[in-house]
Amino acid sequence: MNSICEQPAMLNSDDWQDMEPLLSVQNLSKFYAPGKGCGNVSFDLYPGEVLGIVGESGSGKSTLLNSLSARLVPDEGHVIYRSEQFGELDLYQGEESLRRQLMRSEWGIVHQHPRDGLRMNVSAGANIGERLMAVGERHYSEIRQRAIEWLQAVEIDASRIDDRPSQFSGGMQQRLQIARNLVTHPRLIFMDEPTGGLDVSVQARLLDLLRNLVAQLGLSVIIVTHDLAVARLLAHRLMVMRRGEVVETGLTDQVLDDPQHPYTQLLVSSILQN
Amino acid sequence: MSTPQMTQVEGYNFAYLDEQTKRMIRRAILKAVAIPGYQVPFGGREMPLPHGWGTGGMQVTASVIGTDDRLKVIDQGADDTTNAVSIRRFFAKTAGVETTEKTADATLIQTRHRVPERPLQNGQILIYQVPVPEPLRFIEARDSETRKMHALREYGAMQVKLYEDVARFGHIATSYDYPVMVNGRYMMTPSPIPKFDNPKLNGMPALQLFGAGFEKRIYAVPPYTEVQSLDFDDYPFEVQQWEESCAICGSDHSFLDEVITDDAGSRMFVCSDTDYCRERAQSNREQAQENEQ
Repeated sequence: MNSICEQPAMLNSDDWQDMEPLLSVQNLSKFYAPGKGCGNVSFDLYPGEVLGIVGESGSGKSTLLNSLSARLVPDEGHVIYRSEQFGELDLYQGEESLRRQLMRSEWGIVHQHPRDGLRMNVSAGANIGERLMAVGERHYSEIRQRAIEWLQAVEIDASRIDDRPSQFSGGMQQRLQIARNLVTHPRLIFMDEPTGGLDVSVQARLLDLLRNLVAQLGLSVIIVTHDLAVARLLAHRLMVMRRGEVVETGLTDQVLDDPQHPYTQLLVSSILQN
Repeated sequence: MSTPQMTQVEGYNFAYLDEQTKRMIRRAILKAVAIPGYQVPFGGREMPLPHGWGTGGMQVTASVIGTDDRLKVIDQGADDTTNAVSIRRFFAKTAGVETTEKTADATLIQTRHRVPERPLQNGQILIYQVPVPEPLRFIEARDSETRKMHALREYGAMQVKLYEDVARFGHIATSYDYPVMVNGRYMMTPSPIPKFDNPKLNGMPALQLFGAGFEKRIYAVPPYTEVQSLDFDDYPFEVQQWEESCAICGSDHSFLDEVITDDAGSRMFVCSDTDYCRERAQSNREQAQENEQ
């Protein structure tokens, strides 16, 4: 699992048309105040697809992500998710217990700050094992074995299993957070700036790792980032947001190489070229 | 030894609390009994001693005690420690009820950190003093979140505590305040009793009431309710065991305290339940006398 291997398994757009979307978003709006939040967002996410949401700070990216991942009740609109266990679900119509059950089984949420996603006062092994125990695993040796496997999968030395996350470096904490989310084999991962606050070389390793895991496990991912390089590396498709609205969507290469909307052109041209 | 009924002191309502407060607490108790293991909030009152000294248990006791009750108070199993003596005297004075040190004779037993060794009977009430009523507090600091976890029965996180124990010590090292599932529904902390006492909670014929004065919560385990201690499949729940027997009564099956007897490191093990020990020592003596005759 550690090998730096194949490119992300890109599906042909024809294949996607035959498939049912994993997540359908219809006219989603959440405003804290006029112009603050995100409005009128609609899109479909297909199994195995990586969707990038880019835009400047304050453009509503995180608000959108929180609304999608059942953590922030939207003002309007629907989020429909096709669940393995529960069938087709309109997230905010159903019970909260269902949403929370999804969050710890079929979904993963990777926070920008590892502190928000990890339990800092328990060991790395317990952090990974918690999700297993939450879905009913009660065999200690089994849990520990799985924790070791996942530590290795995210390139953390297995001997660190009993150390607390507070003793880890920032990059390791971020990788631990990813391991903690992937241990229950989720189908859909929400990531909010997963490489924020990491230096360039650590960022590169993390991206490499993420790309491999996504490809091998066939994950669907919605990733929020302001870093277009990250978006280009991971995302199949991009959504560009500005002042709470989606101004442009399209395949990543298309959007980045031939931006149509003036704001996207500005965003792309603001990257330092070398 | 039952003490003669004291006369109630002047100027206070029966059992110190006013009747409206008692009604409010009784309502909380009824709700707690109806939903075993669920923490019911109540409007805790100031008691004439600091929080942490058993104010929660005292308010519950004051609300359920009647003139014909016989009260026993224990602290760490003992009837003669400061906390036990002062709470017993408090109710003898303010309610004028009879008090006793005998588990068998008591109708109400207020306890801190132990369950009596002698099996309790239906009709008796065991009242626990609870410092921290929320078992999930270790893993989650927000009360809004722990309440949601209880409501949705999300108890996987509690296993994390046991996982940490096994990872660090090689066995489940939590030895008191050991979390339990009540009636297959609510996770509950049994207050800091040793896990040695946990099996006694399961199917107990007596009513068990828990009062937390600091956090103003009451919860209950009705008679004959299932109470299961958490564990792992490969690390099952186990209680403490001692190689020694009680130095006074010779018991090899009760919870023992280690007592240092001098500065040279001499020590002895004695039952923590003083009434149980006294009873056994007495019957040992009677048996010895019979054998002599």
